[in-house]
Amino acid sequence: MRFNSLLDSVGRTPLVGLPALSPSPEVRLWAKLEDHNPTGSVKDRAALAMVLAAEKDGTLQPGATLLEPTSGNTGISLAMVARQRGYRLICVMPENTSPERTQILRMWGAEIIYSPAEGGSNEAVRVAKALAAEHPEWVMLYQYGNEANTRAHYETTGPEILEDLPTITHFVAGLGTTGTLMGVGRYLREHKPDVQIIAAEPRYGELVYGLRNLDEGFIPELYDESILTTRYSVGPHDAVRRTRELLDREGIFAGISTGAILHAALGVAAKADKAGVPADIAFIVCDGGWKYLSTGAYEGTLDDAESALEGQLWA
Amino acid sequence: MTVEVRIPTILRPYTGGEKLVTASGDSLQAVISDLDAHYPGIGERLLDDSGLRRFVNVYLNDEDVRFLAGLATVVADGDSITILPAVAGG
Repeated sequence: MRFNSLLDSVGRTPLVGLPALSPSPEVRLWAKLEDHNPTGSVKDRAALAMVLAAEKDGTLQPGATLLEPTSGNTGISLAMVARQRGYRLICVMPENTSPERTQILRMWGAEIIYSPAEGGSNEAVRVAKALAAEHPEWVMLYQYGNEANTRAHYETTGPEILEDLPTITHFVAGLGTTGTLMGVGRYLREHKPDVQIIAAEPRYGELVYGLRNLDEGFIPELYDESILTTRYSVGPHDAVRRTRELLDREGIFAGISTGAILHAALGVAAKADKAGVPADIAFIVCDGGWKYLSTGAYEGTLDDAESALEGQLWA
Repeated sequence: MTVEVRIPTILRPYTGGEKLVTASGDSLQAVISDLDAHYPGIGERLLDDSGLRRFVNVYLNDEDVRFLAGLATVVADGDSITILPAVAGG
């Protein structure tokens, strides 16, 4: 495949079968390898789409400064896009993210403002919104509420999956900004009304939920509950266990959030198998495992890995 | 029916600091009423006039109850209920 530039190569990722983890020839699991994108994560799609949309509507002028709250992957994707298109990028990132994220962001020229660990991404959003109010000349694309995020998945990820797997019955993805689930979910529902759309939401350690009061909770503006069939909460123990299974049984080296998604996908597969109903279950591999090596997720006991992730934003 | 309920940090002042408590009832609604009877005030933090508060997520055996039957969700002996505030990802 030939492209005119790196940005032109975003998307059109492989969908691979999982012969060892699928419960039977009638109930099959399929992994959408989003780590094949330029910065190695699904976020390249949303980052590129948000920048192109802001250029088109005039929000982004040459040389502008971008500001974005991110736990890392969207920041990395935006940093790559911003560098190609000539923008400065400032990321607001919680301090409890893996050190690789900081190194990679700096490598692509992003500046980082850390937000307090307590409160996780909610705090990053709050700090970024305050900075945006102080600096009206900065452009906050705001992945949690930017329709171009959802649209990227409606226009690319969804059609790619349906084209490769016309018999799809279930789609499983992580719930962060909700962009992937909303975009792919909406597209698939329009074309396969019976498809089930399943969210896997990472359940972090207590520090991340350390809000001062419940009114400080956060639901992304993009979220539309009616798109989902159901939503599972997956803790670090199951997420790491499944991340390792994906590596051991299928040779796919993925990040920890993918383990959480696979956990939900395997649950769905087991139910279909038990009921004797054929199923084609596609799920998202959000990124590779490289950025999480330092977390200890890939070696030692599961208990050690779980303790090492306590208080970390691992998805 | 007796179930285990995981209480988030922010609501532990009501449970005397306990992370994990037991409650009884045959639906989520009944479990929350039972919790409130033992830990007065906690019910009002979880519910408003329209049901579960917007930023409160409740999971029955890891599944979001909003996709089950909400407050009418039936619970069985030994089920695990987790209460968490809604937080951002991404």
